[in-house]
Amino acid sequence: MTVVERREVALVDLLDRLLAGGVVITGDITLRIADVDLVRIDLNALISSVNAQVPSPFEELL
Amino acid sequence: MTGLRYVYAVCRPFGAPLQVQLTGVAGDPPRTLTHHGLVAVVSHVPERDFAEEPLRRHLEDLDWLTETARAHQGVIDALTTVTTPLPLRLGTVFHDDSGVRIMMEAREEDFRRTLDRLEGRVEWGVKVYAESEPQESVRPAQKPASGRDYLRQRRMQTRSHEEMWQKAEAFSTRLHEVLSAFAEDSRMHPPQNPALSKATGRNVLNAAYLVPRANSEEFVELVDRTKGELPGMRIELTGPWAAYSFAGETT
Repeated sequence: MTVVERREVALVDLLDRLLAGGVVITGDITLRIADVDLVRIDLNALISSVNAQVPSPFEELL
Repeated sequence: MTGLRYVYAVCRPFGAPLQVQLTGVAGDPPRTLTHHGLVAVVSHVPERDFAEEPLRRHLEDLDWLTETARAHQGVIDALTTVTTPLPLRLGTVFHDDSGVRIMMEAREEDFRRTLDRLEGRVEWGVKVYAESEPQESVRPAQKPASGRDYLRQRRMQTRSHEEMWQKAEAFSTRLHEVLSAFAEDSRMHPPQNPALSKATGRNVLNAAYLVPRANSEEFVELVDRTKGELPGMRIELTGPWAAYSFAGETT
């Protein structure tokens, strides 16, 4: 029995976990990409290129 | 055998077979690789997409990243129905099976210790949003009559925004204290980018809590009770997740 209804997992919640969580394996055995801190993938650039037309709701507060 | 090895998770041996219809990353159904009494869950992936350079390129493509993240999550999710998996970071790729075995041997003690710590636990995500414009009334109704008027209005706006963030911060801090006291462990994630989440309001808390599966219902009730406590705050609960945020060594 699940305590809450299963809903489609939001991508942003998933990326919080997949890019910053999980065990990190480093060393010669893995391809080098595993050494890269995936958090540093420039998600912001990635996102703004996709959602250029969506303004941040906080801009006027800054 | 050609191709690289993409590893999703390490687990203790589990009796039940994985769902047959499960498609993993790159459409390759996950298989198990047992070594020294631990099981790695692995897909065979093509070099043209998962070698260092192409993978790096792909990770900057939101569609590719989305598809891969969902496939990764699908496998982890399936594993949670039969065992408590220890998820690896997205994009952990090895040259061949022997590379996976060497890694398992090198990290064996860590893995066993972490698997023990996570056994029977799940992760819950809790986010708090401050609705962005609860203070409409302080917006100037008419054009300021003078420069001094303008500055006064600006000051009032700034002050009421500051008050709102302070309230939001106090609320989040208290909620986090209550939830951490109940949970076995907690992690803070950075606030989410509204362009990606498409959520309204400002994300002031984005936390993960490690909770024994058996206490999950109680945890959910605890979160539910805080909803509506403070006007202008929205609380979102996600989960149960595999313990992604707690897979690293404890700090």
